[in-house]
Amino acid sequence: MATVTATPADDRVGTRSTLSTVLARPEVGALIGAIAVATLFLAVAPAFRSVGNIGTILYGSSTIGIMAVAVAMLMIGGEFDLSAGVAVTTSGLAAAHTAWWFGLNVWAGVFIALLISLAIGAFNGFLLHKTGLPSFLVTLGTFFVLQGVNLAMTRLITGGVSSNSLRDLDGFDSAKAVFAADFSLGPVNVKIPVVYWVVFTVIAAVLLLRSRYGNWIFAVGGDSAAARAVGVPVVATKIALFMGVGLAAWLLGMHLLFQFNNLQSGQGIGNEFIYIIAAVIGGCLLTGGYGSVVGASVGALIFGMTQLGITYAGWNPDWFRTFLGVMLIASVLVNMFVKRKAEG
Amino acid sequence: MAALEDTRVESTDRPVLELEDIGKSYGNVNALRGVNISVRQGEVTCVLGDNGAGKSTLIKIIAGLHEYTEGTMKVGGVIRQFNSPRAAQSLGIATVYQDLALAPLMAVWRNFFLGNEVRKGPFLDIETMKRVAGEELTKMGIVIPDLDRPVGSLSGGQRQCIAIARAIYFGAKVVILDEPTAALGVKQSGVVLKYIVAARDAGLGVIFITHNPHHAYLVGNHFVILKLGRVALDAHRDELTLEQLTGEMAGGQELDELSHELSAADPGKVAPAHEVAHGGVPAPGLGDDERDGAEPGDDAPRRTE
Ligand SMILES: Nc1ncnc2c1ncn2[C@@H]1O[C@H](COP(=O)(O)OP(=O)(O)OP(=O)(O)O)[C@@H](O)[C@H]1O
Ligand SMILES: [Mg+2]
Repeated sequence: MATVTATPADDRVGTRSTLSTVLARPEVGALIGAIAVATLFLAVAPAFRSVGNIGTILYGSSTIGIMAVAVAMLMIGGEFDLSAGVAVTTSGLAAAHTAWWFGLNVWAGVFIALLISLAIGAFNGFLLHKTGLPSFLVTLGTFFVLQGVNLAMTRLITGGVSSNSLRDLDGFDSAKAVFAADFSLGPVNVKIPVVYWVVFTVIAAVLLLRSRYGNWIFAVGGDSAAARAVGVPVVATKIALFMGVGLAAWLLGMHLLFQFNNLQSGQGIGNEFIYIIAAVIGGCLLTGGYGSVVGASVGALIFGMTQLGITYAGWNPDWFRTFLGVMLIASVLVNMFVKRKAEG
Repeated sequence: MAALEDTRVESTDRPVLELEDIGKSYGNVNALRGVNISVRQGEVTCVLGDNGAGKSTLIKIIAGLHEYTEGTMKVGGVIRQFNSPRAAQSLGIATVYQDLALAPLMAVWRNFFLGNEVRKGPFLDIETMKRVAGEELTKMGIVIPDLDRPVGSLSGGQRQCIAIARAIYFGAKVVILDEPTAALGVKQSGVVLKYIVAARDAGLGVIFITHNPHHAYLVGNHFVILKLGRVALDAHRDELTLEQLTGEMAGGQELDELSHELSAADPGKVAPAHEVAHGGVPAPGLGDDERDGAEPGDDAPRRTE
């Protein structure tokens, strides 16, 4: 190359302090929120202080966190999935109905449910690509379709609103051991979804920040035209993200099915917003291209703590949703404030 | 930059890129019609033309963002129709888009390697990527102390340099630059022009798209002027002076008219300060006789840039 004279460093740009580098991380707002919520309930709710309740709090958080991680990845990739809440129920029902109806080994039902969940995700992504409609609309459609399917298929197969018990089928015990086991860790009783949640978060975080695919996710969410122009396979990336939500829905659906032995066909509606809120509390931008799965998990933890903290504090649990709404807006404001401080 | 050296061997008299009667329509808009262009390695081919002339459309076809609707495009003598930018890249065609194609919230080094990530096993080799991105940018005279900064927080010129450095680093045969100097100051424009020369000397074919005949004439071997989607001029440097190029760009006679009109403008004059009601400034140069003759897309004389 010809020699191009290097200009001296621009002396207007100071190096950023370590503090502002730390503050610029997307999950900072969620961490501050989590500490605030924990402090509040530690102060007002004596039961919150008991070590034995940690397991309960983590369990509540994990049932949100498993989904919130996948939803956060999708949001970083610039899309929403409003069908995520009912998709959990669809997955559980798919396993229950197929295994019961055909008298299959429970594991066959579990496997069929996995295929169905991945297919729903792929379908969402494909429809998004083919129609060019916003994912908000496409998945709103899927949300209603699945809601109807859940109710109608359950009525058709069982004549009621809940799936039949699988207890007598082959493979039930081993499936329960995989999806709904628990164990003791000192004084804390740990339910298996907590482990899945942590593993899921770690895998997602590594994927997002340390793999080529993660780079593509940020790029398609930040500017999909730019990503396509430099050769990122935008459509494949987005379809994979929707399938990731499907995978998480399957995992949670299997847990719920084997934890309670049956599922209600109307379950899960409205949870999609809880997942999105957890992701937003965790620092995801609604416009895509920015966010963190660790943040989303901390967001889920805030949910878990609040849910139980309100009960432990002896407050009327009717206030739970109000509290969440306030948390959501507060954390978004904190995120904005922290980001501006860190960049300014 | 070993990748650049390799291509010298391949450089022959045969054009690396040939467009024959290329046409592109967006629905009922014929953005390009019957365009013939040859690009050789080791040469700078300048494409000039007014706003909306079809320059960006042309490069988007070559870069694989759009498919052409008429004619043929040959790369290395083989007829190609790219269905994705990846296809074009794999044949050694790299592009710097007018809108730069950078993801604003992503770090500088991530943008630099977007689509061409360096990996160590299954994971990103972040250290190497940061180092290379820093080195390549320093070569362009841009020092960004913190490569973790989001690209959106950099100046337009810095972003341009990232996009150019990236294209040159990853481009093996042909580099396309869509109006790289349009938003830059004098010094940064100079750096970009030097880079164009450097890429040419390294044996790449450079397609340089610009509004500015002065910039084009400084580095170009070969000039193509597009007008309303057609090639209005296709000339080698030997056949053309800067004055002629500028004249052809503006449409010769139109430029004379412009200088005539502006001679009445009295550049030295300072007008007394006034407040003007909305719509109180009349449209410039629209005399009664001219109003009918004004064609859309033919408004070169009134451009204010
Ligand atoms: N996606 C599109 N759909 C319809 N028409 C388009 C599209 N893109 C470009 N055009 C039209 O094609 C013509 C050529 O546009 P193009 O962007 O190639 O011009 P240009 O020479 O790059 O202009 P500029 O100097 O402003 O960048 C214009 O008339 C434009 O309106
Ligand atoms: Mg253009």
